[in-house]
Amino acid sequence: MPRTRDQLAERAAKELRDGFYVNLGIGIPTLVANYIPADIEVTLQSENGMLGMGPFPYDDEVDPDLVNAGKQTITELKKTSFFSSADSFAMIRGGHIALSILGAMEVAENGDIANWMIPGKMVKGMGGAMDLVAGVERVVVVMEHANKAGQSKVLKRCSLPLTGTGVVDLIITDLATFEVKADGSGLVLTELADEVTLQDVAAKTEAVYEVALERAAA
Amino acid sequence: MRKTFSDANAALEGVTFDGMTVMSGGFGLCGIPENLIKALRDTGVQGITAISNNAGVDGFGLGLLLETRQIRKMISSYVGENKEFERQYLAGELELEFNPQGTLAERIRAGGAGIPAFFTATGVGTLVAEGKEVRDFGGRDYVMETGLKADLSLVKAWKADEEGNLVFRKTARNFNPMMATAGKVCVAEVEEIVPTGSLDPDGIHTPGIYVDRLVQATFEKRIEQRTVRQREPA
Repeated sequence: MPRTRDQLAERAAKELRDGFYVNLGIGIPTLVANYIPADIEVTLQSENGMLGMGPFPYDDEVDPDLVNAGKQTITELKKTSFFSSADSFAMIRGGHIALSILGAMEVAENGDIANWMIPGKMVKGMGGAMDLVAGVERVVVVMEHANKAGQSKVLKRCSLPLTGTGVVDLIITDLATFEVKADGSGLVLTELADEVTLQDVAAKTEAVYEVALERAAA
Repeated sequence: MRKTFSDANAALEGVTFDGMTVMSGGFGLCGIPENLIKALRDTGVQGITAISNNAGVDGFGLGLLLETRQIRKMISSYVGENKEFERQYLAGELELEFNPQGTLAERIRAGGAGIPAFFTATGVGTLVAEGKEVRDFGGRDYVMETGLKADLSLVKAWKADEEGNLVFRKTARNFNPMMATAGKVCVAEVEEIVPTGSLDPDGIHTPGIYVDRLVQATFEKRIEQRTVRQREPA
């Protein structure tokens, strides 16, 4: 069965390591915070100017001056620090964030990612996505394998305007997990979701990939 | 020289003109100079180029200046929350320049710090880099981005003293400190003006040299995405 949104988040959480500073994108990546393993400590960065993001507030704790990058109300922790947007992106651009988990419209076998613009439709903007993919050490994409029309989102080359080139390290979809080779020379299929077959993935994947399954299911 | 003004409208007297460039602080609706935006609307100034991470929402924040068609161009990173913005943009009535959020923040910081341009890896190989110089440093490509300045910057802080030293609160800081440095004139609205000497000099976020005018105001502080969790039953 394809992974659900929560299973995607749970799988992405396995990329977290003790001591990591991490930036989570909007949507499924936000859910990753619910699956941080209990035996490790990670610090969540919010690009609007916060390190050490806590859970959503209780109703009587809501503070309009305390929001995350999705403009949702949030809470602080004992370790929290606040800073300007310039400092925040110095952190991101300067390579101080270990991991970014974000969604995508398309990903290509060379590590290109497109997640901000569909020509002909209203463009809302790239926000911090271009800075994150360019600056963060390891970029993990979490997304549906195919779009609503059933077309592959794991492509030979992205067709949509790019967010970054050669920046993606790992692709986690509802069907499978792919590593992008460090030299950008292609993809390696390393995991299949429960009850998903190689044939299922092949039917929905435009990109070329090698297969090196680490375990039968994940 | 006295920096404090009686209200937001008075604080904008003599510093606005048609065709001007205005920076406005905030992230979404968090930390926006909501009173100064209303005062800017009331001046009737036309043809504004607005530099702001977002464009407000319908009826609040910069959305107010879009409603009155006072904005000619926006430089932003994300504008998804505003229907009037979308309508004017699709009708060709509004010019729009998207900047990656970190590039926008750094362009403003650079503008205020006297740095005319800088190189960043953000946007290399994308539409953002088109027509801009790309240079190799240590085997990686970087695109040149220019510093940004404004005729007027409108910022929101938590507290100020009478010297204009500013302290921000939590994530309401965002773009405000850099914008304070990049405006020819900077007007700050704050929740409380305290006597000079009562703020800890080590805890000041924006030194008063950047702040020309100050106004104490009350704030609606609208929340865009009120998200809460439920308490476990006892």
